[in-house]
Amino acid sequence: MTAATLTAPAARRGGRAGRLARGVLHRWLPLAVLIACWEAATRASDSPFFPPPSKIAERMRDLWFSGPPSHLFLNAEAGDSIAPSLARMAFSLAACVVAGVVLGIALGRSERVLAYLEPLLQFARVIPPPTLVPVFIVLFEFGTQMQVASIIFSAIWPILLNTADGARSVDQMQMATAEAFRLSAFERIRFVILPASLPKIFAGVRLALSLSLILMVFSELLPGTTDGLGFELTNAQSQSDLPTLWSVIVLLGILGYLFNTILLAVERRFLRWHRGARKADQ
Amino acid sequence: MANQTTPPRGLSRPGKWARGAAGVAVLFLASEALGRAGIVDRSYLPPASSITGRALELFGDTTFLFNVRVTLTAWALGMLLAIAISVPLGLLLGSVPAVNTAVRAIVEFLRPIPSVALIPLAGLVLGSGLNMEVPLIVYACSWPILFNTMYGLDDVDPTAKETLRSFGFGRIQVLLRVSLPSAAPFIATGVRLAASIALILAVGTEILSGFGDGLGMFIAQAGTAPDGTRDVLAGTLWAGCLGLVIDTLLVQAENRAFRWHKAQRSGAS
Repeated sequence: MTAATLTAPAARRGGRAGRLARGVLHRWLPLAVLIACWEAATRASDSPFFPPPSKIAERMRDLWFSGPPSHLFLNAEAGDSIAPSLARMAFSLAACVVAGVVLGIALGRSERVLAYLEPLLQFARVIPPPTLVPVFIVLFEFGTQMQVASIIFSAIWPILLNTADGARSVDQMQMATAEAFRLSAFERIRFVILPASLPKIFAGVRLALSLSLILMVFSELLPGTTDGLGFELTNAQSQSDLPTLWSVIVLLGILGYLFNTILLAVERRFLRWHRGARKADQ
Repeated sequence: MANQTTPPRGLSRPGKWARGAAGVAVLFLASEALGRAGIVDRSYLPPASSITGRALELFGDTTFLFNVRVTLTAWALGMLLAIAISVPLGLLLGSVPAVNTAVRAIVEFLRPIPSVALIPLAGLVLGSGLNMEVPLIVYACSWPILFNTMYGLDDVDPTAKETLRSFGFGRIQVLLRVSLPSAAPFIATGVRLAASIALILAVGTEILSGFGDGLGMFIAQAGTAPDGTRDVLAGTLWAGCLGLVIDTLLVQAENRAFRWHKAQRSGAS
């Protein structure tokens, strides 16, 4: 091998690595600098309200991540506070998706029924969900039942209305083709209506995801809850335990980020064929 | 694409209205029948007539109207500040890629924090009332406006920008004359999304704050009173009406201002 053949790819690789390094630096350095400044500022001011990030990270480790590696470093405390919150949210969101898509497709394909229900649905959508939580406290049992009801009642509307909208605007030609091929009702839904509505459905699910996260925390902040991250927040607030308060907030941010990433990955997988997906759903 | 063929088949506009009214009437009567027949406990779920009656009664109640005004003030202040912060920021991030890459990680880190989780912290640091409500609303509402502004800038026709540039207009001029107007429909969608989030936050913080004024406070207090469900539901009806009026006004304004824009067809709902 001559020196020339060696250096050419090496140089290119070096260039690429350099560019990559610059890219990483460009992307993450500002965040690192910000955290460093925050650390310095909070240490200097020594305000009880703003603990330094290192202290928050330490508290987070003590609270939830001191477990064995086999449990993803999660400890028992994490199981007591994170798990109930996530279980309630996951259950409610799953129920919303199933009910919202099924009802949405039914309503979208039947203009008459939709006309009867539209004012009620639109009104239910615009009610700010927290106002209904006191009602659910009266109607349901304290705790999980009330929380699940609050999450479902707030997160189902965007999915339902978006699905109905998507199902209503299926291309006429596609429906006519499906008819010409004598597809059964189920096949029509499975192969024509559902795929055509998917971009809208995902737009609705994305809204529902952030709403359900909001309502999950909100419903746990109210008196009468005994577990969950929201409960940990109120508990820390009443004891003026600010590092814990900050830790829960950071953890919720991380969880929100994870959920969003997962949803985006699922969406990309399902909508790969849909060129205009990014356009239709903001 | 599928959404270019919205079929306005079948029902006429009055037909739609009549059916909608019928739907509301059926719900109304059903709740009335269930309540009066004693199938549902009236103190748990009062019949619709008594809720609407109470809601109308509240319309003449000056303390209640004061509460509504407090909530709306927080809403409006929060929205104005959020728009004033996020639109310029979105323009900056959307038009200068270097800044965008640099700030991206920070934004991605801050955005997913659910705003209600900040309520206990804001309560300790900022106290209560508008002092605490407005910053929370600003925080929560900035994201949809910021992201829609950036998204709108992505969508600007490059030919239009090049044309202006070749006529000798500077960067700022191009931004203000081409990019901002063509991003405006997206910004409006962001503002509409933010408006409902702002209302959620305004009412939510009031419900949790424990004292002070506002529609949320009214609902929270009614919720703890014996037999207060009627007041809670009347307050909820009011909150829903506020949401409906805000949403309708913004949708109408969008339709009127951006009739020319294709984003209307494929835009968010």
